[in-house]
Amino acid sequence: MSNLVIVEHDNNEVAAATLHAVTAAQQIGGDIDLLIAGENCAAVAEAAAGIAGVNKVKVADNPAFGHHLAENLASLIVEQASDYTHILASATTYGKNIMPRAAALLDVAQISDIVEVKSDDTFVRPIYAGNALATVQSADAIKVITVRTIKFEAAAAEGGSASVEQIGGGADAGLSSWVSQALSDNDQVDLTSAKIVVSGGRGMQSGDNFSMLHSVADKLGAAVGASRAAVDSGFVPNELQVGQTGKVIAPDLYIAVGISGAIQHLAGMKESKVIVAINNDSEAPIFQVADYGLVADLFEAVPELDAAL
Amino acid sequence: MKILVCVKRVLDPQVKARVKADGSGVDLANAKMTMNPFCENALEEALRMREAGIVEEIIVASVGGGKTEETLRHGLAMGADRAIQVVTEDSLEPLAIAKVLKQVAEQEGVGLVICGKQAIDDDSNQTTQMLSALLGWSQATFASEIKIEGEQATVTREVDAGLETIQVKMPAVMSADLRLNEPRYVKLPDVMKAKRKPMDKIELDSLGLDTANRLTTLNVEEPEGRAAGVIVNSVGELVEKLRNEAKVI
Ligand SMILES: Cc1cc2nc3c(=O)[nH]c(=O)nc-3n(C[C@H](O)[C@H](O)[C@H](O)COP(=O)(O)OP(=O)(O)OC[C@H]3O[C@@H](n4cnc5c(N)ncnc54)[C@H](O)[C@@H]3O)c2cc1C
Ligand SMILES: Cc1cc2nc3c(=O)[nH]c(=O)nc-3n(C[C@H](O)[C@H](O)[C@H](O)COP(=O)(O)OP(=O)(O)OC[C@H]3O[C@@H](n4cnc5c(N)ncnc54)[C@H](O)[C@@H]3O)c2cc1C
Repeated sequence: MSNLVIVEHDNNEVAAATLHAVTAAQQIGGDIDLLIAGENCAAVAEAAAGIAGVNKVKVADNPAFGHHLAENLASLIVEQASDYTHILASATTYGKNIMPRAAALLDVAQISDIVEVKSDDTFVRPIYAGNALATVQSADAIKVITVRTIKFEAAAAEGGSASVEQIGGGADAGLSSWVSQALSDNDQVDLTSAKIVVSGGRGMQSGDNFSMLHSVADKLGAAVGASRAAVDSGFVPNELQVGQTGKVIAPDLYIAVGISGAIQHLAGMKESKVIVAINNDSEAPIFQVADYGLVADLFEAVPELDAAL
Repeated sequence: MKILVCVKRVLDPQVKARVKADGSGVDLANAKMTMNPFCENALEEALRMREAGIVEEIIVASVGGGKTEETLRHGLAMGADRAIQVVTEDSLEPLAIAKVLKQVAEQEGVGLVICGKQAIDDDSNQTTQMLSALLGWSQATFASEIKIEGEQATVTREVDAGLETIQVKMPAVMSADLRLNEPRYVKLPDVMKAKRKPMDKIELDSLGLDTANRLTTLNVEEPEGRAAGVIVNSVGELVEKLRNEAKVI
């Protein structure tokens, strides 16, 4: 068996999510190579070579890959594919955008969002917003897989000594081009890797009121998250959304404030170790999954919590 | 320009999925079904493009058996001009669905395809990207804003780190995120009108495609539930429990 893990990066750093995909590859077994497609991404290659358990790092440094456009990346993956039995990426928007395109070009199925490796051809994946788990067996010669990061530990970022190989190939398909981005504030704790997350919902009533949550989060070293209702209402930007169609996270502590606990929200946080709910409606479904529930007006409880920390 | 909107019939998002006792799948018998919410966003965007004079004709297509026609009628009631049902009782995987939709897109000579970002039942998030690959067209997934400007489109995408804007060449395949728009409600006269709109049915077998499944579902089970916890009476008690019992702060 031989695995190729697609490295997610910003031309400077390896994304933490990739380390979890490496662990999934380790569980499948066999050699693990990494593929880095980027522009001026030598720093990424150097860091990736240090990831424990990696055999070889293949680097395609080419302006066509600078902005990770799906058409260009998928073609490169296809060029590399014949050397591998498994091609993996993390199930982030990066992986989700590229991998199905590569799979289709290879005429193989993609196994999305795996949460468990049963064997080299059998995997478990959630369906119906995590309300069911399907065990699926793949008959394809090359298995294209995206990995749900919270279900696999991160591989050690250091200690490895992989060789680095520059590969040619890849070209700009000329189908799309990058224009701009509006990214989140780098000073904030990363939602996907935070140990503690404080999330607000529609009950927060406004974006300004989220400052209460930021204050609590700062004291706890926590990240701030949100329900879809809070994002749709314009209280906070989209990258804070937790849920079936947002981020799936599993911090040690998740504090849900003014969030009702809809199925789609639970899909993104119910694997958290400890869940706290603060809601003034004792019937809110969030209390059914909360380890500690506080039935209270958030506008009183949150400042009190802030003061108590 | 003609536009193809791909829609899927799924379990209503308000209904909790129940796993069948024999582990063969999710019980959909008598369950309330609707158009996948993301597909409604895709169709709404197409309707707005037609209203803006960018699109002349909107075709909704769905691959499925049983009551798929109901979902397509809903699409017609929302305002699509005509519908195509590719009829099969098999549960096709995204790759096969993409092969079928490719054929439909080519036969109809459409200049743009919009799908939903993900179907809320299988949550695969694949069909759009696969269809784009098979057509060899440009790809713009997770769109929260689409602007068509002649031979180009500018699309804002919801990505993990925030928002990204790309420009794609037409023809293109795009997928709709929920914040792309607010789908319109269907009024009764629209439902009546939809009954008279054209609905083509094509048997899957007649297309001569290899749509065999590559995956075998060995088992479907319910995940372990979470036991409900305790209700605390004060913020003080909460903080005490988090410190000393759960030891998470
Ligand atoms: C296809 C689809 C995908 C979706 N994906 C997601 C997703 O990824 N993530 C997601 O979160 N949602 C998602 N949703 C939406 C989801 O169904 C819910 O609508 C949403 O999660 C509700 O957000 P909320 O809990 O903040 O709002 P509400 O349901 O309105 O709940 C607000 C809560 O705040 C409480 N409250 C109000 N005032 C106070 C106060 N002063 N003090 C204390 N408590 C107060 C209320 O009692 C209530 O329980 C999706 C829906 C669909 C159809
Ligand atoms: C393990 C497994 C179990 C399955 N079980 C069932 C089952 O119990 N019942 C069942 O009906 N099917 C079942 N299927 C088939 C499945 O429902 C799909 O049609 C197919 O896998 C597409 O996946 P998705 O819906 O998650 O696609 P996604 O890639 O998430 O869908 C994205 C978008 O693609 C478009 N699209 C997807 N499917 C269609 C379609 N059929 N017609 C038109 N446009 C479409 C829509 O625009 C949709 O929003 C199963 C498939 C697998 C792999």
